[in-house]
Amino acid sequence: MRIPLSWLREYAAVPADATAEDVMAELVKVGLEEEDVHRPTDELSGPIVVGQVLSKIAEPQTNGKTINWCQVRVVPEGEEQTLTGEGIDPSGVQGIVCGAHNFEEGDKVVVTLPGAVLPGDFRISPRKTYGHVSAGMIASVKELGIGEDHDGILVLSTLGLDPEVGADAMDLLGLYDEAAEINVTPDRGYCFSIRGVAREYAHATGTAFTDPADAVVVPAAAGEGYPVRLADEAPIYGVDGCDRFVARTVRGVDPTRPTPPWMSARLRLAGIRSISLVVDISNYVMLELGQPLHFYDRDTLSGEIVVRRAIEGETLRTLDDRERALDVGDLLITDASGPIGIAGVMGGASTEVSDSTVDVVIESAHFDPVSIGRSRRRHKLPSEASRRFERDVDWQIADVAAQRAVDLLLELAGGTADDAVTDVGQAPAPRVIELAADFPARLIGREFTEDQITGTLTDLGAGVEPVDGGYRVTAPSWRSDLETREDLTEEIIRLVGYSTIPSTLPVAPPGRGLTRVQQQRRRLLNALAAAGLTEVLSYPFVSEQANALFGTSEEGAAAPAVRLANPLSAERAYLRRSVLPGLIEVAKRNHSRGFRDLALFESGSVFLPGEQMGTKTIPPLGIKPDDDVLDALYDGIPHQPQVIAGLFTGLEVPPSAGVEARAWDWADAVDVVQLMGSVTGVDVVVRQGSHQAFHPGRIAEFVLRSGEVLGHAGELHPKVSAFHDLPARTVAFEIDVDRLFDAAADIIVARSLSTYPTATQDVALVVDSAVVAGDVLETLREGAGELLEDVSLFDVYTGPGIAEGSTSLAFALRFRAPDRTLTAEEASAARDAAVALAGERFGAVQR
Amino acid sequence: MTETPENPGHTGPEATVPDPLDPTSVAAAVDTALAAIAAAADLDGLKAVRIAHTGEKSPLSLANRGIGALPKEQKSAAGKNIGPARGRINQALTTRTAELEAERDARILVEEAVDVTAAPRRRRHGARHPLSTLQERVSDVFVSMGWEIAEGPELESEWLNFDALNFKPDHPAREMQDTFFVEPLDAHLVLRTHTSPVQIRSMLERELPIYVLCPGKVFRTDELDATHTPVFHQFEGLAIDKGLTMADLVGTLEYFTQQLFGDEAKVRLRPNFFPFTEPSAELDIWHPGAKGGARWIEWGGCGMVNPNVLRATGIDPEVYSGFAFGMGIERALMFRNDVVDMHDMIEGDVRFSDHFGMEI
Repeated sequence: MRIPLSWLREYAAVPADATAEDVMAELVKVGLEEEDVHRPTDELSGPIVVGQVLSKIAEPQTNGKTINWCQVRVVPEGEEQTLTGEGIDPSGVQGIVCGAHNFEEGDKVVVTLPGAVLPGDFRISPRKTYGHVSAGMIASVKELGIGEDHDGILVLSTLGLDPEVGADAMDLLGLYDEAAEINVTPDRGYCFSIRGVAREYAHATGTAFTDPADAVVVPAAAGEGYPVRLADEAPIYGVDGCDRFVARTVRGVDPTRPTPPWMSARLRLAGIRSISLVVDISNYVMLELGQPLHFYDRDTLSGEIVVRRAIEGETLRTLDDRERALDVGDLLITDASGPIGIAGVMGGASTEVSDSTVDVVIESAHFDPVSIGRSRRRHKLPSEASRRFERDVDWQIADVAAQRAVDLLLELAGGTADDAVTDVGQAPAPRVIELAADFPARLIGREFTEDQITGTLTDLGAGVEPVDGGYRVTAPSWRSDLETREDLTEEIIRLVGYSTIPSTLPVAPPGRGLTRVQQQRRRLLNALAAAGLTEVLSYPFVSEQANALFGTSEEGAAAPAVRLANPLSAERAYLRRSVLPGLIEVAKRNHSRGFRDLALFESGSVFLPGEQMGTKTIPPLGIKPDDDVLDALYDGIPHQPQVIAGLFTGLEVPPSAGVEARAWDWADAVDVVQLMGSVTGVDVVVRQGSHQAFHPGRIAEFVLRSGEVLGHAGELHPKVSAFHDLPARTVAFEIDVDRLFDAAADIIVARSLSTYPTATQDVALVVDSAVVAGDVLETLREGAGELLEDVSLFDVYTGPGIAEGSTSLAFALRFRAPDRTLTAEEASAARDAAVALAGERFGAVQR
Repeated sequence: MTETPENPGHTGPEATVPDPLDPTSVAAAVDTALAAIAAAADLDGLKAVRIAHTGEKSPLSLANRGIGALPKEQKSAAGKNIGPARGRINQALTTRTAELEAERDARILVEEAVDVTAAPRRRRHGARHPLSTLQERVSDVFVSMGWEIAEGPELESEWLNFDALNFKPDHPAREMQDTFFVEPLDAHLVLRTHTSPVQIRSMLERELPIYVLCPGKVFRTDELDATHTPVFHQFEGLAIDKGLTMADLVGTLEYFTQQLFGDEAKVRLRPNFFPFTEPSAELDIWHPGAKGGARWIEWGGCGMVNPNVLRATGIDPEVYSGFAFGMGIERALMFRNDVVDMHDMIEGDVRFSDHFGMEI
């Protein structure tokens, strides 16, 4: 909401020298946030004066144009020119070349004299043109920054003005005024008016407020005016769509008269374009009092106005000249011809006021905010009117606003008002709120005097009646947001000042600290960073293809994904099933910036919808739903496990003197996952895996001892790397850490450490190349029995000496007994047992 | 250092064996040996000297051996001549050995000097993302106050994101939060627009009193630019207890901001509107370390929990009251760590995270 200061000053005691910034500084104290300042003089400066064209000589030019060489008087005849400076003629008459033709000798115009600056940093100075020195400019409204109309210069008589020659045209056109723009929160609809903001200014500064409504005299109605009937047969939440409709008739208006500059200047500063006198008056009253109005050309109305819901199939051509299909939920203004407006949102074209309108019917109504909001959203028609109706308008102001419009019409457009007034509807019951005397103190944590409570509420316009132990408060008609004792308490502390709230530190009961999982996650993320990986965060929005490829291991398998109804980009309309597509994007971005050696990781949610997606209905607010309703809500929320994924490209470390740079390979990805197992104390088993996005021969799958799959690691499929312009042999991993954390033991039981000497035995086993080392190792562990302390693979060999299709795997077995020094025989026996089991399972032969 | 002869220790074939009974000739042998020891320039030279003057063929060894052939009454005198003489030579050898070893060791250490500034990078240095680290830091402050950290899903039921928080279905406030909706629309699922649904879950599930902090990722349909991002991080606090007041809210925020921004930090509340709190306030903090000088910075919203929110979760507003607040992590990172462009936080440029290491 933009507040022209001159307007605000009519109803609030704003100091004469206060700027828009000063006003905003006051308003922010009462919760109206500052947004912007609109000040024409920031872009515009004089001398800009009223001039009278003395002579106008048309001079055709060789380029086909005709210019006018004008002599323009800029000081009253017989007076001296007091301005000085280059190009200012001491005679008081300026020679000016003008390209426009829409004026005559004798017309009064706006002259921007040398030294003036117009919007766009357009500096006026004498300049030679078309054989003359043109010392100034006869300005158009566009050049002055006050309008779009550019079919010529501004002739002041068209605005109904006949000012003194030499008068300050900026003053005349209201260009010294400025506006403060504030942000109005959705609960404070009344602040979408000068009336409301002036009241708030008075609250903020403790100064006097003059209610503009008080200045309007509403005469007693003399009979029924234009017939209106309220007939909402489908109220929403039991609230009538229209509960007041005031109609006034003004006859014999001249809608072609110009809007006076004071009015158009205020509208412009308030951000509303001047359209025509009648429309401008309607907007002006809306801005001043907060009541949106609608004007009908009376001659185009046929019969009784009925306010009702739309009927299936009805349409309406709205003011913007679009044919709109109406919804049965739309509240309509209709007459005998059918719909003539979507109530509170937009009027119809057929009954619009035009230049030929003679008699006007003014509608000043009160509509249900919910109904208006729905129609506005349905038809995507946000307007100044709907914005106010949606936030609720003061029910009591309708007749005042209608009268204000009548007064302005009579003053500016002529005509006479019918004495008969239509005012139908039923006032809502006043909202009465019980406020215990000690409640504000209990909620805020400071004491309030009785005067602070009753005085504040009275200032707001509320009725305050003392009752036993407290007050019975009647909320002002314009404050539909005040419903509860908490609302009233906010008003009290808002006006007493939030800065007076004391500071006390509540002591929470002893907490349990971070949960186990929260601690595990931190340790894991820190361990990955310590291991040399860089944490990044990518967006969870991905394409359908990315989910199909990374979101399921088997090609073509179902990968149900959550689709956004309103994605930012149609390309990425799905929620990720895998973090890897995001990491690939990040890697590519780094590559494009010259960083090709990367080790990235991200921790985040993936979205794995199941059968049930949400719930068809949701419970109402303000009541705790039943347990089964809550359970259904919870059950409808798709599974969102936490995963950690990583991606490695290029070299482990950059090449440097004396060190041969090593490229990341599949084993790095496997190793990092094993590190994750070590950090969490979880026994993670690695086995050959398969995943469509990975190299079919270089993909590990990780499982828990329970058999539950944790995730994958390995080299990306060469096609995938190539498709994404990633370096060959890019490697990656992705692990469901919820499962990992879940598998961690609550208590890790210590091992007893034998201090007896070890006996080490190495074995080389020749196996079929299809046999994987991990299986052989596990078998050796099993076969060697309890004396085995550790076994590790230390060499893999194929080549001369080994049969084609076979591989030699060399293992180091470390034996130790808890209670004695092992003999070589014992160790050998255990080794032989291990080898025998490997022989049995895999046909392994000792080399 | 004396010039090193070709065979520095060798006494030569002409070396005479001293007469064990003649102290002068023994002394001469000793002098010769001591001179050779002193002249030995390195450990190899000293080794030769050792052989020449203490070896089996050395003059004094030979002289010693000659004692056996002497008459019995002369043996003692001869022994007294030869024994100490050999002792002096051994002593000198030991001393000289230590000297030369020290010299050698010092030389080797000098020779082994490296240019430490040319050390190759052996390990990759990783980093946490500063948004994560800052989130953990914020959480730690609250955990130290006895609060707990609550978490919840990012894709949420509309009821938990809006209705339970007293957003009326047709109220303009519901549109203030540019929401990502999910298909089908009648599934009533949204990407949470704030972490407040976690507050609701806490109220539904936890025992009273409740003191929880809810950090996490949230979503709004803003296009990415220097100051907006469709995915960002918040932390929201919720306290529900008997007799909590707005003064408790101020005190909590004050304590927290002082932990994060120093003892000079202050908080200021300004009236505002949120459906889920009443009274509601905008939170400004006085940031003593702000770039360009201490100033007020708008950081978030807060207020006293609306009784309708308590009712939605089965808490009796006649018995309990509570306060809540919510702030942005990205915004904090911007004004606390001078990040000027939101792009840096979300693009994943490794220079951004790496610069912070594991600190914030």
